[in-house]
This record gives sequence, structure tokens and C-alpha cells, in this order.
Amino acid sequence: MNSIIKYLKDLFGGIKTLLTGMMVTGYYFVHPKEIVTQQYPENRKTLVMLDRFKGELVMPHDENNQHKCTACSICEINCPNGTIEVISKQTETEDGKKKKELDTYIYKLGMCTFCGLCVKVCPQDAIEFSNEFEHAVFDKEKLTKTLNHPGSSLKSKQTAQ
Amino acid sequence: MAFSIYDLTAFNQSIHEALVQNLSPFWALIVEMTIIGLVFLLFYAIVGLFLVYAERKICGFIQNRVGPNRVGPYGIFQTIADFIKLLMKELIYIKNADKFLFNLAPFIVIIASFMAIAAIPFGLGLHAIDFNIGVLYVMAVSSLGVIGILLAGWSSNNKYSLIGAMRSGAQIVSYELSIGLSLVTIVILSGSMQLSTIVEQQRNCWFIFSGHIPAFIAFVIFLIASTAETNRGPFDLAEAESELTAGFHTEYSGIKFAFFFLAEYMNMFIVASMAATLFWGGWMPFHIPGLTSFNHVMDFIPPFFWYMGKTMVVIFLMMWFKWTFPRLRIDQLLKLEWKFLLPINLFNIVLMALVVLMGWHL
Repeated sequence: MNSIIKYLKDLFGGIKTLLTGMMVTGYYFVHPKEIVTQQYPENRKTLVMLDRFKGELVMPHDENNQHKCTACSICEINCPNGTIEVISKQTETEDGKKKKELDTYIYKLGMCTFCGLCVKVCPQDAIEFSNEFEHAVFDKEKLTKTLNHPGSSLKSKQTAQ
Repeated sequence: MAFSIYDLTAFNQSIHEALVQNLSPFWALIVEMTIIGLVFLLFYAIVGLFLVYAERKICGFIQNRVGPNRVGPYGIFQTIADFIKLLMKELIYIKNADKFLFNLAPFIVIIASFMAIAAIPFGLGLHAIDFNIGVLYVMAVSSLGVIGILLAGWSSNNKYSLIGAMRSGAQIVSYELSIGLSLVTIVILSGSMQLSTIVEQQRNCWFIFSGHIPAFIAFVIFLIASTAETNRGPFDLAEAESELTAGFHTEYSGIKFAFFFLAEYMNMFIVASMAATLFWGGWMPFHIPGLTSFNHVMDFIPPFFWYMGKTMVVIFLMMWFKWTFPRLRIDQLLKLEWKFLLPINLFNIVLMALVVLMGWHL
């Protein structure tokens, strides 16, 4: 007797769960507003990307054309693909001290896998990912970018505070 | 020429007489068969393209997507573009395949569905051939398709194809039983196997209403078993993409693949139209006994549209549960058939016999 009850329980329980699933998909079918697909080229003007989206590496500059990069090369060491190349130069301050300064920060977009290790390890928070994702260009050379703006300098700790 | 959209018998008769007057009976028959063949070919192309589009759109909406929407307004020309692409694709030559069987298999599959559709009543007078054993005939020829699938799997000389074909064989052997028994339930109620008689008997009340509980159970079982018979999800073990690449049609390309694809959709159309004919009254308008004015309003809709509407509703149901449920394992598939559908079905036949015997049907 018990086995018959179990059989019927199995049967009606199964039908109930199947109907629950059908209800969910049926609800979605008659509610086109639930569609999550972004109609990309049409909604290009209004498209809002998420903050955490890793589009491309950028180095933010403030209004005085100053960045925070100290040319420590930790990002270059951590990059698994050799995407980043930090070229530094030695300069002399007024009091005769020698100082290492960023010359060019080269970022090869074509080799980047957007793992984000460079941003994570940067001690100065000098680089970050932007939301820009339309990277298509007609020339391969254009994928090699220089991130520091021409004539930019290091933001000193004092001015930052 | 008397042409009425409600009754095409006179129209067909006038064509027949015109042919017989001008040709010998043999050639008249040949011309008639050619015309019907061409009409069905055109019908296949249109319905196949429409069903593929409908399936992609419906599954898109169910999965919170928009489906095809680039080619033409709402993507309506997407399937035509896909079809042209398939026609122009290379037929890849398989070195170690059994060439004769490999080339034969898609034709067997498509011919089986072609033979089945001949017996379907589309409307009053729109009925290619009306056998007195129509139900049995459709059952018999629609299960011929599995021979094509088995041949395709065997001749491809590919382990995935063979596994897919074997699964398909096991599946059809099991579920053929359920389809047959659920149709027998309806045959008990109607007392006839001739499809035109079955439709005529549903003039006042469709079988799913007049047979109430047993007819409804038979309808649900028929829907499940026919989905399994056409190798559609959640019973698509024969082509299970994630396990067997594409199952029995892994090695097929171009137009041969298109044949398998078209046959799958047309088989779905055929089983849906069988469900509509046997349970929902075929081309018969919806009548409620007693409400004369309501019945008259329903009669204004031509039979062909009634028929297509009902078939499309059944097809929508099949697509709905295809895109809801996950695929069954082979043991679950056989368990469902032998432990649940078959006992319920046998019980249901006894119930239907009792209902008919006691006169409890409407």
C-alpha cells in the first residue's frame, strides 16, 4: 500500500513541479518587458556600462595634467602577457637629488586579457579601467597606446592633500 | 467552377472532371498526383520556414531574449537567409562512410513525413487521401522515419552518430506504444479509424470535451509521447548537442542536413495536426450544443483556418515545454515510459471503455 501511495505522490509531485516551471516560462513569454537583451547599436547613445566593467586601461589625469604614477613598474612585472611597458627617466630636483620619473607608459591593447592585475597591484592607484569598449581600429599600430599625456608630471603628495 | 472556401469538394470535383475529359484516366491520375505533390512541396517549404522562425522567436521570448531581429522587420526573413546559406554550403564527402546508405538516410526521413502528411484532413475537401484506417496509417508511416535516423547513425561511421541513432531507436520503440494506446483510447470513443469520420463525429462537441477525463489524460500522454517520437526536447537524446555534438546528423552538411532539419519540424507539424484532429476536432469549428447563434458565428471562420489555428496552438505547447524542461537521461526516459505512461495509459483505456459502455460521454 505504501508503495502505491509513494508512486502516486511521485506522479503528482512531478506534475506539479513541471507545471511550476511552465508557469515561469509562460510568464516570461507574455511579458516582453522582462527581456534583458541590450539592443546595442540602436541604444548606443543611452548605453550605461557597469562600473566594474573592464573596458581598457587608462591613467587618470587631473586638471593640472598630473598623474599619480611613480614609474615603480610593479604593474609591468605583474602583467602576465607583457602588455605594459613602463619607461622611466632620471631627473634631478633643485636640491641636487636624483629622482625616477615616468617617461612613457606604453599599453598594448591588442595583447591585454583584461585580467585587472595591474590595477589591483598599483600602490598609488594611478591606473584604472574605463568603460570604453569599442576598440575596433583599421590599423594594428593604433592598438599600442601611450597612457600618460604629453607634458604630464607626477602629482606630489602635498598637492594631493 | 464552384469555389467555396468552406467546402472544397465541388472545386476538386470540377478539376477532376476537367482532367478526365481531356486526358485518359491514367494520365489524369498522374497529373492529379503531381499537382498534389507540388502543393505539398510548397506547403512544406512555407510551413518549415515559418516553424523554424516561430521556434526561434518563442524560445527567445521564453529565455528573456528577443530572438532573430536583424533580417527584415522583426527578423522574419532570417530563416529564408539561413535556408539560402544551407543550399549553398558544401556537401562534405565522408571518406569512410557507407556512401549509399549515407545518401539514402535523409530521403527516408523526409519521405516518411511526406507519406504521413497525405492522410491529414486540412479541411472539408482538403484531404489528399482518406483511408478507412487513417489513424493506423499515420502511426505506421510516421514511425518509418526512425529507419532513416538509424541508417544515418550507422552509415556515418562515427561513434557519436551511432550512439545518437541507438538512443533514438530505443526511444521510438518505447514511445510508439504510448502513442498507439492513447490513439486507441480515441478510437474506442469514436468507433472509427477513418479520419474524416472522426472529424465529422466532432461536429457538435470535440472529443476532448465529450470524452472528458479519459480523453484529457489521453491528450496529455499523446503530447508527451509524440514529442518523444519526433526527437524534440526534452526528449532530444538522439541529437543531444552537449553530449553527442549533433547525434545522428553530425556528419551531414548542406542540403542533406536541411532535410533532417525540415523533417524534424514537419514531424512536429504532423503530430500536432494529429492531436488537433483527434482531440480538438480537426477543421471543425468550435460548437457548443444549444447555442445556435454562437455556432453560426463560429461557422463563418473557414475550416482551414480552424485547422491551422488548432495545430499552431499544439505546436506552441510543444515548444513551450521544449524550452522549459531540461533533457532527460536515457534511464529517466525509459522509466517515464514504462513506469508511468504505459500503466496510466492502460488504465485510461479501461476507463474510456467504461465511459463509452455506460454512455457517460457527452
